[in-house]
Amino acid sequence: MKILVIEDELQMLENIQQNLEKEKYLVETAQTCEEAQQKIGVYNYDCILLDIGLPDGNGLELLQYLKSQNLMDAVIIVSAKDSLDDKLKGLELGADDYLPKPFYMAELNARIKAVLRRKNFEGNNTIKLANTEIFPEQRRVKIKNKAVELNRKEFDILMYLVANKERLVRKPSLAEHVWGDNIDQADSFEFIYSQIKNLRKKLKTHHSALNIKAVYGIGYKLVVE
Amino acid sequence: MKLLNYTTTYFAFLLLLIITVWALIFYWQMLDEIYDSMDDGLENQKMLVIQKAIKDPSILQKTNFDDGYYTFRKVTKSDKILSHRDQYRDTTMYMLNEDDFEPVRLLESIFRHEDEYYKVKVITSMVEEDDLIEDLFYSILWLYIGMVVSILLLNNFLLKKVWHPFYDLLRKLKNFNIESDQEIHYAETNIEEFKLLNKNVDRLLKKSRESYVNQKQFIENASHELQTPLAISINKLELLLESEHLNEKDISLLADGIQNLERLSKFNKSLLLLSKIENRQFENIETLNINQVLQEIIDSLEDLADLRKINIEFEQQQQLLFEGNKELIFILYVNLIKNAIIHSSKNNRIYINVAQNEVVIQNEGEHSLNTAVIFQRFYKKSGVKSSTGIGLALAKAIADKYELGLHYQFREGHLFLTKFPVNLKNS
Repeated sequence: MKILVIEDELQMLENIQQNLEKEKYLVETAQTCEEAQQKIGVYNYDCILLDIGLPDGNGLELLQYLKSQNLMDAVIIVSAKDSLDDKLKGLELGADDYLPKPFYMAELNARIKAVLRRKNFEGNNTIKLANTEIFPEQRRVKIKNKAVELNRKEFDILMYLVANKERLVRKPSLAEHVWGDNIDQADSFEFIYSQIKNLRKKLKTHHSALNIKAVYGIGYKLVVE
Repeated sequence: MKLLNYTTTYFAFLLLLIITVWALIFYWQMLDEIYDSMDDGLENQKMLVIQKAIKDPSILQKTNFDDGYYTFRKVTKSDKILSHRDQYRDTTMYMLNEDDFEPVRLLESIFRHEDEYYKVKVITSMVEEDDLIEDLFYSILWLYIGMVVSILLLNNFLLKKVWHPFYDLLRKLKNFNIESDQEIHYAETNIEEFKLLNKNVDRLLKKSRESYVNQKQFIENASHELQTPLAISINKLELLLESEHLNEKDISLLADGIQNLERLSKFNKSLLLLSKIENRQFENIETLNINQVLQEIIDSLEDLADLRKINIEFEQQQQLLFEGNKELIFILYVNLIKNAIIHSSKNNRIYINVAQNEVVIQNEGEHSLNTAVIFQRFYKKSGVKSSTGIGLALAKAIADKYELGLHYQFREGHLFLTKFPVNLKNS
């Protein structure tokens, strides 16, 4: 899988690159519209991460160019302005998703996986991890071919951890993804625990190979045993 | 005391003084003039009487004023007599018509007739000074009252008109709000001082507003600029956290670092949002069902409330519709409800009610909060560590933007009320 990250802030670019490389993607980077345009002209990418506020032009124009070339690349736009305007325009121009800055890397991973999955399998896909199968579109889970009932939050937690499997997912990131923006500023993330506990119990009762490990009280990690 | 009346008081005192002094001077001058002309008359009469006596010496025997205005008395020659000069005197005499002693002016002179010396006295009736003073006093009193009344009337009609631009400015300054973009329109005036006043007030207000806007802009820019470095730092530490050769102690140190950076980042985000709300319009207005918004928020905060065994009761006596930005209305109620959850003790109850175009959020509490400061930025109740002290300020800013009149009451618990405009669509 090849990903192009277009981001003018070098440090941020490095962070994203390192993070995505941990996910075993091939990562190319561009810091300007011009550089990005050259790379797009030469290579095909599975996914393009596009920051809208570029110094040499608006990222939306680049998006327009991409779509006019009829390239099938999945595009996720990123905007620091958390302006709804950019979001609406971007999605109208054919972007596949919108991610407001600042974001958690785990969130980025989840978004990229979701976009790629939709692109490559046109919605008809499953994620198979050892004895556990997940059907993202139907929001269903099967363990050892047996359907397991998960509530909305449990399913969201599982999906998020699967998208970041074998990696540390910190509590605030998980809370924001599953419970939404509203929950932040809460004095602790203890409320996550009860849902995790339920999910763990369900995975264990059905002998799933997936296990959710707590990491020193700062987050969780999904491991496939 | 109003400026106009203030000057009137001064005027009244000053007038009293001026008129009194004037009256005294006037009185003396008038009296002087009266004496002068009386004395002239007396002198003339004296001369006429002497002439008459020369022609008709019989009248020289007249020694009292019984039926005339003159008397004669023979005097013996002496040095004193020779050096005698005409003498004017005030004296009193019984007046038949007044049945009283009245003042008279008397001229005493000595003349020689056929080697005899006679003292002649001529009188004329005089101004009755006490009457004169009384008359003068009343005239002046009326004059004084008349003047004070005129000044009062003048103040109330003329001066009021003249001072109109000033009072107009005062009224407008009273209603001036630095946060609103409303311009002050100054009243037209030809008076130099008021023109100057208007000009300077205008300059002052423009400057204040400018620095206020700049300051707000600065906060927005500063928090905007802080975002990226904060996000980069957090991301870098997160990557470090995943590195394999860290021991538990390192990880816990790192996690603490990240946690604090995240608090800073959250705080910064709220500050940025607050600045944005205050600085500009939020677009994307849609018709919102407030009940649905509240339900969504309650659902999303359910786990937080459950953890503290807090029961949220939601009563809906009405469906409330409102035109606004969904994100902002969300933030408004998330902050209010979360505030109620965080500040409630375990096993408490939170009651949310939608009725009569009002949304009431109530939680248990024993003492009233300090209403003067709860909506201020950075106001924190001690003991709640992770609160940024900006949640209620945010809620207030949003409510103010939409004129929802967010306010706090203590009625057997903490009540936060928002009032929606009466809308026919609301049922």
